[in-house]
Amino acid sequence: MKSLEDLKKMREEALRKVEMREGGKDYRVVVGMATCGIAAGARPVLNKLVEETAEKNYNCVVTQTGCIGMCVYEPIVEVFGNDGSHTTYVHVDPEKAVKILEEHIGKGHVVEEYTVDAVRAQ
Amino acid sequence: MMQDLAMHMLEILMNSIGAGAEKVVLSIRDSAADNRIDMRVEDNGCGMSEEMVRKVTDPFTTSRKTRKVGLGVAFMKGLTEQCGGSFDIKSVLGEGTVVSASVQRDHIDLPPMGDIGEMIMYAIQANENTDLELYYTTDNDRFVFSSSEVRQQLEGISLVEPDVLLWIKEYINEGITHAKEGVE
Ligand SMILES: Nc1ncnc2c1ncn2[C@@H]1O[C@H](COP(=O)(O)OP(=O)(O)OP(=O)(O)O)[C@@H](O)[C@H]1O
Ligand SMILES: [Mg+2]
Repeated sequence: MKSLEDLKKMREEALRKVEMREGGKDYRVVVGMATCGIAAGARPVLNKLVEETAEKNYNCVVTQTGCIGMCVYEPIVEVFGNDGSHTTYVHVDPEKAVKILEEHIGKGHVVEEYTVDAVRAQ
Repeated sequence: MMQDLAMHMLEILMNSIGAGAEKVVLSIRDSAADNRIDMRVEDNGCGMSEEMVRKVTDPFTTSRKTRKVGLGVAFMKGLTEQCGGSFDIKSVLGEGTVVSASVQRDHIDLPPMGDIGEMIMYAIQANENTDLELYYTTDNDRFVFSSSEVRQQLEGISLVEPDVLLWIKEYINEGITHAKEGVE
C-alpha cells in the first residue's frame, strides 16, 4: 500500500536526478488532450510519454493541454526547448512517441518525418 | 467518443482549470445502496454569467476561438439524461462554479467508471499549480487525495516529475480500490 511517506524518498530521488542533470529540464513535451485529441488516441500517447520519461529519465517534463487547434492532426505532441525551439508532431501513436523521446529529447534530433510540416507537404 | 465517466469528469475539471481556478474539488459518491453515482466539481475560477450558464449546456456554446463547438458540458449533461440522472450548474461570475451530475449506477447505458487515478494525473499535467482535491466516497468508506498535500511533502520538487505523476495515479487507484472493498 502506498503512503504519503513514499514522497520523501521520491523527493530525494528526484533531487539526485536534478543534480545529475545540473539544473532544470531542457524540454517540455505537451500533448493535446481536448475531446478531439482523446478521441484520436491521445491517452495511450500521453501515458507512454510519462512512463518512458520516468523509466529512462529523459530531460523533459510531460504535460497536457486542451485543444491545440488542428483537430485533424490529432494526436498532437508539441516539444518546446529551453532555447525557444518549438516542434509540432502530428498523428502521434505510442510507438512514434517513444521515437520522439529517443531522438529529439535524448539526442536533440528533430524527427522530421513526424512533424506537421512534413505531413502537410505530403 | 467518451469511453468512461473519468473522461467526462476530466472535461469538467479541464474547464475549471481553464477558468483559472486556484482550487478544484472533485467529489464522487459511488453508492451501491442508493444505486447512484454523484459527481460534483467545484471551483473558484472566473465563473460564468447567468446567460452563459444558460447557454453552456447547449452544444453550440463555447468561448474558445480555435473550434466552434464546446462539448464537455453538453456531453456530461447528455450522459445524465441518458442514464436516469440529473445535471446542474451553479456559477457566479468572479466567484466560481459548481457542476453536479448524477446517474443511475446500474443503468444499462452507463459507461464504466474508468481510471480515476489517470484522470487526476492528466488534470495535474494541465496545471500543476492548481490545488486539486478528490473525495471518493462509497457506502462504507472514503478516500481523500489532495495535490497540495503532495506538493508540501515534495518540498520544491515538481508534481509533473514523471515518477511523481505515476505515483499519484497509483496512490489514488489503490485508495479507491480500498474504499470499494467489501461494498459489493
Ligand atoms: N467551470 C467553469 N468556469 C468558467 N467557465 C466555464 C466553466 N465550465 C465551462 N465554462 C464555459 O463554458 C464554455 C463551454 O464549456 P465546454 O466544456 O462545454 O466547451 P469548451 O471547454 O469550450 O470546449 P471542449 O469541447 O474542448 O470542452 C467554456 O468555453 C467556458 O467558457
Ligand atoms: Mg471544456
